[in-house]
Amino acid sequence: MEHIRTTKVEQVKLLDRFSTSNKALTGTLYLTATHLLFIDSHQKETWILHHHIASVEKLALTTSGCPLVIQCKNFRIVHFIVPRERDCHDIYNSLLQLSKQAKYEDLYAFSYNPKQNDSERLRGWQLIDLAEEYKRMGVPNSNWQLSDANREYKICETYPRELYVPRIASKPIIVGSSKFRSKGRFPVLSYYHREKEAAVCRCSQPLSGFSARCLEDEHLLQAISKANPVNRYMYVMDTRPKHRMQSWWATQKDIGRIIVRISSKIWNDEKIRESHEQKRLNAMANRAAGKGYENEDNYSNIRFQFVGIENIHVMRSSLQKLLEVNGTKGLSVNDFYSGLESSGWLRHIKAVMDAAIFLTKAIMIENASVLVHCSDGWDRTSQVCSLGSLLLDSFYRTIRGFMVLIEKDWISFGHKFSERCGHLDSDPKEVSPVFTQFLECVWHLTEQFPQAFEFNEAFLLQIHEHIYSCQFGNFLGNCQKEREELKLKEKTYSLWPFLLDDQKKYLNPLYSPKSQAVAVLEPNTVSFNFKFWRNMYHQFDRTLHPRQSVFSIIMNMNEQNKQLENDIKDLESKIKQHKNKQTDGVLTKELLHSVRPESPTLKTSLCFKEQTLLPVNDALRTIEGSNPADNRYSEYAEEFSKSEPAVVSLEYGVARMTC
Amino acid sequence: MMFFFLFSVSGNASTPEFKKKKNSECLLRLRHEGLLNSCPAGVASCPASSCPFRSPRSPRLKLLESALLLGPRPTAGGMEFSELIRTGRAQAELLRGPGAPPLRGTLCVTGHHLLLSPGPQATSDLWLLLLRSVDSIEKRVAGDSGTITLRCKDLRVLQLDIEGVEATLDIARSIEALSSLESVITSFPFFYRPKGLRLGDAWHFHPPEHHYKRVARETNAWRLSEVNEDFSVCPSYPRAVIVPRAVDDDALARSARFRQGGRFPVLSYHHAPSGTVLLRSSQPLTGPQKRRCAEDEELLRAVLAGARPGARGFIVDTRSAQAAKQARMTGGGTEAKAAYPGWKRLHRPMERGRPLQESFVRLVEACGDLEQSMDRWLSRLEGCRWLAHVKEALSTACLAAQGMEREGACILVHGAEGTDSTLLVTSLAQLILDPLSRTMTGFQELVEREWIQAGHPFQLRCAHSAFSHARPKHEAPTFLLFLDCVWQLGRQFPLSLEFGEGLLLALFEHAYASPFGTFLCNSEKERCLCEVRTRTHSLWSGLNQPKEQRKLRNPLYVLNPLAIWPSVEPQSLRLWQGLFLRWTRPPEPSEAAWEKVWQIVTDKEKTEGSQPTVSASEPQP
Repeated sequence: MEHIRTTKVEQVKLLDRFSTSNKALTGTLYLTATHLLFIDSHQKETWILHHHIASVEKLALTTSGCPLVIQCKNFRIVHFIVPRERDCHDIYNSLLQLSKQAKYEDLYAFSYNPKQNDSERLRGWQLIDLAEEYKRMGVPNSNWQLSDANREYKICETYPRELYVPRIASKPIIVGSSKFRSKGRFPVLSYYHREKEAAVCRCSQPLSGFSARCLEDEHLLQAISKANPVNRYMYVMDTRPKHRMQSWWATQKDIGRIIVRISSKIWNDEKIRESHEQKRLNAMANRAAGKGYENEDNYSNIRFQFVGIENIHVMRSSLQKLLEVNGTKGLSVNDFYSGLESSGWLRHIKAVMDAAIFLTKAIMIENASVLVHCSDGWDRTSQVCSLGSLLLDSFYRTIRGFMVLIEKDWISFGHKFSERCGHLDSDPKEVSPVFTQFLECVWHLTEQFPQAFEFNEAFLLQIHEHIYSCQFGNFLGNCQKEREELKLKEKTYSLWPFLLDDQKKYLNPLYSPKSQAVAVLEPNTVSFNFKFWRNMYHQFDRTLHPRQSVFSIIMNMNEQNKQLENDIKDLESKIKQHKNKQTDGVLTKELLHSVRPESPTLKTSLCFKEQTLLPVNDALRTIEGSNPADNRYSEYAEEFSKSEPAVVSLEYGVARMTC
Repeated sequence: MMFFFLFSVSGNASTPEFKKKKNSECLLRLRHEGLLNSCPAGVASCPASSCPFRSPRSPRLKLLESALLLGPRPTAGGMEFSELIRTGRAQAELLRGPGAPPLRGTLCVTGHHLLLSPGPQATSDLWLLLLRSVDSIEKRVAGDSGTITLRCKDLRVLQLDIEGVEATLDIARSIEALSSLESVITSFPFFYRPKGLRLGDAWHFHPPEHHYKRVARETNAWRLSEVNEDFSVCPSYPRAVIVPRAVDDDALARSARFRQGGRFPVLSYHHAPSGTVLLRSSQPLTGPQKRRCAEDEELLRAVLAGARPGARGFIVDTRSAQAAKQARMTGGGTEAKAAYPGWKRLHRPMERGRPLQESFVRLVEACGDLEQSMDRWLSRLEGCRWLAHVKEALSTACLAAQGMEREGACILVHGAEGTDSTLLVTSLAQLILDPLSRTMTGFQELVEREWIQAGHPFQLRCAHSAFSHARPKHEAPTFLLFLDCVWQLGRQFPLSLEFGEGLLLALFEHAYASPFGTFLCNSEKERCLCEVRTRTHSLWSGLNQPKEQRKLRNPLYVLNPLAIWPSVEPQSLRLWQGLFLRWTRPPEPSEAAWEKVWQIVTDKEKTEGSQPTVSASEPQP
């Protein structure tokens, strides 16, 4: 690789992120074509994928060396100290190059080879079939049909080829509507509720500007509401905050005033036509034309509703603030909560959740169809539609169903993964944690409904990992058309089969699918139900985590139970066989005993894997990760080891200690 | 201040008629609840004259009264519960918050309880509330009915809609009067006689001798001293304490005179692997003249001499250096460096007293508001500072534990009085270090030894909970803070504690209001004088009944022989929702999940053929 100048640096120190003393691990740093690897003196390896690197920072030279801080998109933060500045500089430059690729073809997915042949690869890609999914929902049916309008991506480039629309919506209506909607994203079916016969549809904002109307669009919405035989009224959910749209209206009025002023000027003076003011006016008028929401007067049978989810820029800076607060050394409880509050992150999560609940209620209680949109209909709309489907349909709460959900509402409907995740070196303003928020909402649901989901937290974290890893093709590109052009299905692998192969790791042992109570989830969004997701944002800060995992132990027990049950069955069948052969009961008894020693009870102590009972050395005296030295109160250990101060300086020593 | 109401059974039987059927129903239920030879006021308000509640007035009561010179006696030779009960019963509807359906029926106030017996058509059981657990009461009348809002010490909020204005006001007044009685020996534990338990059971589970036996097995440097036999040396210590073998009882008595409240340094825990000890005491009375006490110094020197050779000592003062210095003005202070060679002071300021109580009140207030925005909630969570106290307590305990386990040093913990934050630190440090204290019995022993016998003034600290409008005097949720810290430990080490959240919740409830005698009074001395041990039931015998176990135990427990070092970062600490939000959110999903865990575990035990610890057929209440 042309970017790598130094492949190996020795005597590199890895600092503990939260320690206020400069405690460090010493080891060797390796730079490969795809990963940065640190191996410490205990032979523990830390792998960092280049694509995960969000930023690399070289701090001012210190006496011990040159500090290099790497922030990752999966919220890992590592702080190296490289002894020689030249090495540090080389690595810094290499990482800058390697973490920001200009072309899709340079991403890891195109070189990743999991040793599968082509047919296996193809089967992997065919694992999730959306046509099958729509069939499961119950479409096409008498009211909804598959439209071939976008078969060649002619109407909307960011939509998939196959779209479901009301049967009575003709092609001209669709085409007309798409011209009236931002980026051509006209209203299409996202989820169909079979029992209620109500639909969740999605689109982008109408380009209504001041007061423009579009009859085709109005017809299409009418067609959607007519496709619901029970309730003719439908909800139109604008997921943007009302106040923002109102301030937009205010600027509209300003523009109106300017126009009046300019027109009068034009009237007076023809020369003004080419003036600066005229140009500005045009720009503003253009911008105005690109925004809007449905006017209830023009559309029959709609109820318009704002739900306040902020835009991608607000979300990006909110997460940034959150991470800043959490990264603080010696963070106090009060700073943590005031930081959590001022970042607004949980408020945004709650807003997304509330929107999804609104959608669910509209369908379940009022039996009404819902049309969801934001501006372009690929960020907030995806969040609300997918979360709403998750609340409504228990299928999406299974491992495979969750994959389908992501494929449907995020990948196929053109959530711009590559731009939002910054896969390539592109506009940083397009980066935003929209999908992360969706995962966090799902996590909050798993916390509130511990038995409703087939998967566990590790599954969500793993998906989050691969959104950014660029190791698999699923999330590359910004829409289906782009993915086809990149020939991802021929050149890269799909993530899903790999997750399914590892399914055991992601199973929720408490999952009880038959429980009637969890058919439709009705989460409670009282503020105190929202918690900071430590396992996401501090995934790699092991010292902050619970020291023992309930999940792993229950999983283990479940496994054992199953195995024991199988053993019992085995034995019973053997007993039967034996009874057929001979009526001597003694032998069967012996048989039972002979199997006993293989009983998996011996494997129980999973949680103590890393420890021995005999305190051989320091590291073995506690559960791994739970060492007083790993925790912040260990800073006081210095007080312990300090030599006795003279009586005179005692007061000083005490004062320092307590401050 | 405590004072006594005498009661007599003979009085007032002129209560209105009660339907025979309902009456017998009520009695049956009462008998079942073990309330039978219960409350004298129950007698008063209880209808039938042939009521089997009658029990002769204890002749010992007078004696006790004279023995307990704790406060002014009521002027008129005695007072009757029945005088406090203004009305027997009324028709009412009870609203129990989200999740529980409303109950309609006949409301009845007795000496210790509020009863609601549903009409004959209702299938549900008699509803019963210990009046002692009412923290605040609010009444409103409108038209010809009234509403009483009861805020309980366990943070429950109940609403009673009562027919009749007069009845409402009377019932409210009765509850108000009866729930604030301060007398110990007329309190409910003295009348509670549950089925299946014998008086005197379990009171001798955890005597100091028991603890000493364990220490003596590990080291020879300590002895059990009975210098406090008659509570004259230290009124808040138990009869027997563990002290260095090299120090005789006279020296102890003199050291006691040098410590506030006579709380001289005693052994709290011996950490066998490192050969070090954890001690607790109160502040030394150095005063502005910087007084010294040779025996006290000798005592601490003997501690170091008895520990592993070359051991140093650390005095963890739970006040700031500033506060400790200021305490000198009022006669307190800290150990002077020069006087205690080998010992070094560390100051870890911890909140106590009123600020802690205010913190608790504000947190509960915040948790009761369901409508608040996210920002408001987070800022209130921050503003109440409760989690900051949790962090402070845990990290100070970790510091003490670390000093022993890692540094091989002896640790003496004290604040000012040595009955609050001191106990918090010593008990938590033991949980961190000692695998035995993490078992069901070990933890009960720890609470008994480090809180009840060590003289945490429960009666004063837990007189009111977070809802009371009364001006706080001595109230402080120190014990609750301890339970919260234990909960945090349990969350970080979900397999290492043998008990579950259920036990912690039960302890919280019983500390504030209980039919058992365990948390009564402020010290062993008072408990002795009130004959708590012989005349009330012990909470431990109540909790250790097999039917309670499934609620209290942690099904995932595996003995962990190691120290458990928690993370004290704010990101790792969490609000104890199971306690603070217990009544405001529907608990079903998490309870169902817990049930499932039990299923998996018991299933495992069954298939393995080993003896299940708890029978799986036990129904969940």
